[in-house]
Amino acid sequence: MSINRREFLKIAGVSTILGIGGVSAVNSLRNRVEASQISPSPEALVAKRWAMVVDMSKFKSEEDYQRCIDACHRVHNVPHITDNPKHEIKWLWKETYEHAFPGNEDEYLSEEIKHLPFLVLCNHCDNPSCVRVCPTKATFKRKSDGIVMMDMHRCIGCRFCMAACPYGARSFNYKDPRPFINEAKENLEFPTRTKGVVEKCTLCYERLAKGLKPACVEASNGALIFGDIEDPNSEVRKVLGARYSFRRRPELGTRPSVYYIF
Amino acid sequence: MYNAGKIIIGLLIFVGLVAFPFVYSGGKATAKPDPKVDTPEILKLAENERKCVEPKAYMKGEHMVLLNDWRDWVVRDDNTIYTATDGKKYTMSLQNTCMKCHSNKKKFCDECHNYTAVKPYCWDCHIVPKEKET
Repeated sequence: MSINRREFLKIAGVSTILGIGGVSAVNSLRNRVEASQISPSPEALVAKRWAMVVDMSKFKSEEDYQRCIDACHRVHNVPHITDNPKHEIKWLWKETYEHAFPGNEDEYLSEEIKHLPFLVLCNHCDNPSCVRVCPTKATFKRKSDGIVMMDMHRCIGCRFCMAACPYGARSFNYKDPRPFINEAKENLEFPTRTKGVVEKCTLCYERLAKGLKPACVEASNGALIFGDIEDPNSEVRKVLGARYSFRRRPELGTRPSVYYIF
Repeated sequence: MYNAGKIIIGLLIFVGLVAFPFVYSGGKATAKPDPKVDTPEILKLAENERKCVEPKAYMKGEHMVLLNDWRDWVVRDDNTIYTATDGKKYTMSLQNTCMKCHSNKKKFCDECHNYTAVKPYCWDCHIVPKEKET
């Protein structure tokens, strides 16, 4: 059977149209979920940039620290690993002055401050170095409110972010964290993590979406102050305007959002 | 035929290996998956409210697309409310929305996933609802 050029072009044209039409018909059936169908929760707390002030004068006893730490670790199913300090998972923890503020140690610093444990967490930097180095964008700064987020689904466990973070705010899951979570205290509304991902404080994004303040702030009895740093009338701005504050390693230019006052 | 013995033995081994799965399973087909939607949470709902976020056919074929979209919208785009095609609003959450009704992961998720040999990694992190019967 021979076919001339005219017939060949006709067949080719018709089958192209059928092909394109078929694909788009199938696609229109498949992708019925449109982005316009989603919205932020109406009850969510919103801010331009969240910030926290740690009022060290209100941390008087061991119990004051532990209450905040426990509240955080319980809501987020943070495992309690004690056998190897390198395997420890920390979202909110205590740090000595020389480790929290390296370079600021003064020979004649008051003994009280020198030995005071400081409550430290992810600083949710305005210019986060961890975000710059993440090869998969698993960690990113949320556009809406400046929270430095972790997308566990994308984390490949390369630990570049841990090397980049100058505050040691990130922990790597060297082993499955599940056996180290007390099952009776597990928060069934929040996931755990898996072996091979990096985790850190997420400023309770899941609680903010429900209109609640972060768990540590709620448990702190006013020792932790939380609010929008870009709103001049917010509680954090009022505190920062009235009292002397300092941040961890400001010379690095990461612009942390966690402030300390005495 | 050269090397007939070796070739015939080789052929027999090959046929044996290929036929092994069929012989091993006794020639019967694996039972068709039958996911159950009769959890106490679903049975508690009124008859006309017993429907998923989207129509059943769509959920059957495209639930993985929906879950992927939900995950990105919640984690990356700061949106938590999903308006379904019928106008009803849902909080986008596998653990707190899907599994609140479908509290039978074994009989709902695993039934088909095992049949089709799909191993989603959802449950590495997300906590499975506690099931009474195992």
